[in-house]
Amino acid sequence: MSAPLIEMRGITKSFGAVKANEGVDLSVAPGEILGLLGENGAGKTTLMNVLFGAYAPDAGEILVQGKPVWITSSADALAAGIGMVHQHFHLAPRLTVLENLLIGIPGKSGRIDRGGGLARLSDISRQHGLTLDPNLPVSALSVGEQQRLEIVKALFRGARLLILDEPTAVLAPSEVDGLFSALRSMAAQGLGIIFISHKLNEVRALTHRCTVLRHGRVAGRVDHPANTTSAAMAQLMCGHEIVPPARGPSTPGVAVLTLDGISTSRHSGTPLRYVSLSVRAGEILGIAGVSGNGQKALAEVISGTRVPDAGRMTIAGKAVMRFSPREVQALGLGRIPEDRMTTGLVTNLPLADSMVLPRIGTAAFSRKGLLKPDAIRAFAEEQIKAYDIRCPGPMTRAGALSGGNLQKALLARELAFDPKVLIVSQPTRGLDIGAARFIHEKFLDMRAKGCGIIVIGEDLEELLVLCDRIAVMYEGRIAGTLDSTDATIARLGLLMTGAEGHS
Amino acid sequence: MFRLEARTSTPAWFNLALPLLAIGATLVLCSGLIALAGAGVFEAYGVMLSASFGDSYAITETLVRAAPMIFTGLAVAVAFRAKFWNIGAEGQLLAGAVASCFVGAIPMPGALAMLLMALAGAAAGAAVALVPATLRVKFKVDDVVSSLLLNSVIYYALMALIEGPWKDSFSGYPISPPIEDSANFPVLLEGTRLHLGVVAALIAAPLVWFLIVRTTLGFRIRVTGESPEAARYGGIHVERVLISTALLSGALAGLAGVGEVGGVHFQVMSDISPGYGYSGIVVAMLARLNPLGVVPAAIFLAAVMTGAEAMSRATGVPAFLSDVIQGTALLAMLVALLFTAYRIRRVGAAS
Ligand SMILES: Nc1ncnc2c1ncn2[C@@H]1O[C@H](COP(=O)(O)OP(=O)(O)OP(=O)(O)O)[C@@H](O)[C@H]1O
Ligand SMILES: [Mg+2]
Repeated sequence: MSAPLIEMRGITKSFGAVKANEGVDLSVAPGEILGLLGENGAGKTTLMNVLFGAYAPDAGEILVQGKPVWITSSADALAAGIGMVHQHFHLAPRLTVLENLLIGIPGKSGRIDRGGGLARLSDISRQHGLTLDPNLPVSALSVGEQQRLEIVKALFRGARLLILDEPTAVLAPSEVDGLFSALRSMAAQGLGIIFISHKLNEVRALTHRCTVLRHGRVAGRVDHPANTTSAAMAQLMCGHEIVPPARGPSTPGVAVLTLDGISTSRHSGTPLRYVSLSVRAGEILGIAGVSGNGQKALAEVISGTRVPDAGRMTIAGKAVMRFSPREVQALGLGRIPEDRMTTGLVTNLPLADSMVLPRIGTAAFSRKGLLKPDAIRAFAEEQIKAYDIRCPGPMTRAGALSGGNLQKALLARELAFDPKVLIVSQPTRGLDIGAARFIHEKFLDMRAKGCGIIVIGEDLEELLVLCDRIAVMYEGRIAGTLDSTDATIARLGLLMTGAEGHS
Repeated sequence: MFRLEARTSTPAWFNLALPLLAIGATLVLCSGLIALAGAGVFEAYGVMLSASFGDSYAITETLVRAAPMIFTGLAVAVAFRAKFWNIGAEGQLLAGAVASCFVGAIPMPGALAMLLMALAGAAAGAAVALVPATLRVKFKVDDVVSSLLLNSVIYYALMALIEGPWKDSFSGYPISPPIEDSANFPVLLEGTRLHLGVVAALIAAPLVWFLIVRTTLGFRIRVTGESPEAARYGGIHVERVLISTALLSGALAGLAGVGEVGGVHFQVMSDISPGYGYSGIVVAMLARLNPLGVVPAAIFLAAVMTGAEAMSRATGVPAFLSDVIQGTALLAMLVALLFTAYRIRRVGAAS
């Protein structure tokens, strides 16, 4: 193998008492795709932020092609040939694709070199199959296209090492294939790539080598990920074995949630067209589909944040009249939103506030317009303990929690009220396997207790493990419903493309 | 080399340290101006201090000036908590003054008159604040612009009133007729101007604090301000909360006007407020939007205002310095707020 493109030696970085990285060594060779693995909070993002110049390390050094460099800003990193695609994109939404590419790139005599930019863009696009319309504003791009633009932006600036922090967490399975072939083509040209993901099968399919972090230290390296089992990698990450949860036979009871001919208007995203479905007590119903086929509208209608134009919905046998969050909650619905950070919690307020937010007006937390601060605090403390939510206490800023702990907090706030039906979207997105395992177990517990659960998700493998039945959405309709016994990835995939099917 | 690094939590002592830091920086920066005006810096600040806190009369004068700014500061703090950008406290104050003056000029028993003045003033302020709030909720009109521009509308409407139909026929000046003597707010300390409205302001601060921290409305205001999306998902009617916030904020600003009419001027004239509404923004920012912090912040600005006049008489430094100090304090506070989100790190050469 050739000399490393970049090398990090003994990187240590602490945040107060938290040692996010401790003596981490990592190297990437030209043409190599390195997987960076670790549980939530293991220090992957921190390490990459050190490499990209966002944080100064407390100790350690970085070598680019054997020469020590001192990277203190993203400009330094770019100059050293390091590009990064963050989980949250850094794009100017009102500017076009081309303008975003040209930001900060000096042209001839102070003028912007549009022609040159266009030529380079089409060059890069053609080489790696990263097609983008240069004249579209970023606000008109899908998440996948925005990610493509971030990658092109890094290449445009001459990156020889590309860091991708959980790039697949925001992609639909079909988009993942496109990303992977682009990454392979870049590696074939001698670029180094660092790829972070919690999905071990992706890591095994894509990467040449893996570095695994645990509690900020290197826990091990995997030389041939393709020849390793996911279970072995999981063990390296967590320090113990992860057994997939076993779903016992189900004895579903009466329907606890029914939708009958629900349609919505084209307000934002794909509208629903005559959606009818039902979830029975003690059953987990999965909703599969390529994202953007009406799942968002379905989740909103059920959660009471969107009023349908037509159709009926019942919860625990009672008709929903107003489709407001308070109404569906009062009828016994528990809700966990897709976007934990913006819809689920209030990041700038104490965690306790977020944990009582949906039920602040109920007798549990207030009386005659006055809050019950002691009850609120006690509730939060109780749930933090019961769900082992890692945080200094109920007054911690909710935004300071890691993804897995946020999801636990959201789950806790709903399950504490014994919902008869639970609706969750993308329940384990961005969570490590240990945390995902915990969430799955809770769902199965709830199912055993007779709760009806509806899981909207894109990860078919997860749905197959978890669900008793899986309905597939296509263009705002239910294209078909399969029992877990007949469901296979292939059959679901066929329904997802709109091929006719019947339940 | 230094650089900014994002921080995840802000220590509690920052709430006190930042305003003090901002005020300290302001006084240092403004000392340059004093020196330019040819006066001794320590002498000038000394005169300011003794004129605003030197004896019990000075203290009462400072409090009388602080009262309207406590109200406008509370008005702004409440509004900003919900991210309703009410820059219109000035206009709401004027509306409150006009309404309470109308009521106060009607003969009736004193206690009833004062009560009705307060109600009318609060209602008028709330009505004015309702305009930008409704425009924002219904038509997505930027509330900064609409509430700010409304200040001029109200000001010139007030001018038109006192130049025209409402002109005091007795004096012939462009001032409104005075309120009834019985409606004058009682003075609490013989020989000073310390009136009932000042006490009302001092009581209002903890009440507003209680409302924000301990009631469901306050909870909804806080959540709506921090994340309207999470609020909506959690079942909060964001629009309704914004309207309630605007009404509350406007009412508080209106009460500032009531106090000026009932306790200080007893009538309405064009310069009834030397920008107390705008000062309310500075007060609220210095208080970090904490209603309890509004009281010391308002007293600080009041001291600067009273002190600046005395300093001007004693040292010849123009009293405009008071405006400079206010403006600088706001800027310094905004800069200081940077430290709640970032810390400064030293970046040296490789170790
Ligand atoms: N700016 C910060 N201030 C304080 N602590 C931080 C900061 N950034 C990260 N941490 C802490 O450092 C540790 C490592 O976090 P990091 O984000 O690097 O983990 P990660 O491996 O990327 O996790 P995930 O898989 O959830 O993205 C965590 O304990 C986290 O809480
Ligand atoms: Mg991360």
